[in-house]
Amino acid sequence: MLAAITLLLLFQLAGEAIARYFALPVPGPVIGMALLFAALAWRGEPSADLRSTAQNLLQHLSLLFVPAGVGVMLHLQRMADEWLPLLVALVISTFVTIAVTALVLKALHVHEEEQS
Amino acid sequence: MSTVPGQSLGEIWVYLAASPLLGLTLTLLAYQGAVKINQHFKGHPLANPVLIAVAVLVALLWATGTSYQTYFDGAQFVHFLLGPATVALAIPLYAQLGRLKRVAVPLLIALLAGSLTAAFSAVLIGKLLGATDATLISLAPKSVTTPIAMGIAERLGGLPSLTAVLVILTGILGAVGAQGLYARMKCRDPAVQGFAMGVASHGIGTARAFQLSEQTGAFSALAMGLNGLLTATLLPVLLPPLMRWLS
Repeated sequence: MLAAITLLLLFQLAGEAIARYFALPVPGPVIGMALLFAALAWRGEPSADLRSTAQNLLQHLSLLFVPAGVGVMLHLQRMADEWLPLLVALVISTFVTIAVTALVLKALHVHEEEQS
Repeated sequence: MSTVPGQSLGEIWVYLAASPLLGLTLTLLAYQGAVKINQHFKGHPLANPVLIAVAVLVALLWATGTSYQTYFDGAQFVHFLLGPATVALAIPLYAQLGRLKRVAVPLLIALLAGSLTAAFSAVLIGKLLGATDATLISLAPKSVTTPIAMGIAERLGGLPSLTAVLVILTGILGAVGAQGLYARMKCRDPAVQGFAMGVASHGIGTARAFQLSEQTGAFSALAMGLNGLLTATLLPVLLPPLMRWLS
């Protein structure tokens, strides 16, 4: 577990360093994720240790959003002022996104079985 | 400062609130309580554990007059884990690699269409109805999984904590409403259903997709991972010119 956590932190660190060095607007941890994904695609299967550590971390992923989410208390006034555009944008955009994605896939005739 | 017998509850609160221990413990307690409530409602998307935990904590901090900064001094130990957890998302994404390779081109086209629709429809509707710039930037990454969305909002000058709440609400909307929409569209293919839910409503949509079927869930998980990567790459390039054009 210790080795797997170290590995995750190393990839995050590499991602942060690359983001800073090249002044990329992409968040460092996302670059770390892309690097790890590329490494796995190149080297093959993650170790059992890495898999179980990732699973433990991701099992409680929702918990990790709570501290930042509580920060909404600093923006309650903004939400009260702008509730209408926020609500309409969220509802319409979410359903339009689902419809557009599904319609494009249908138009391209994606059926998993057909391709194999 | 020490707690001696006879100190009032208020004084003890003031003492404890000043140490990181209280913020950390309260976060874990609130979350576990919220998970219990969610289980009681059989995992219904409206009983989202993050939403419940945040509501309880905000109410508690407000009632006790505790500042967010004081709370975050403790809660930051949980918050820090978001970074390594984001990196760890590579592992479930890798598990979908075989699926991705089989239908890569159509999936990537649909992903691009969905990803751009998600960000720009929200920004345009918000602008039309008079939302301010910081709100619009916070709204743009709403369809992406929370850690990535918060990172994007922070980079682009939005409000990451507002983004976190908007992301959760988006996930709940997709999870609750997708089935009704698919019925109207006469869309029955589980691969299509899952992928569209993952693009629009990330992890919360994916959790719902897994309740429908294993295949629906797998495609949703794949879409969530890909959309996180794509949005993090595209939005920082495309959103600033759009914001300039709109203003």
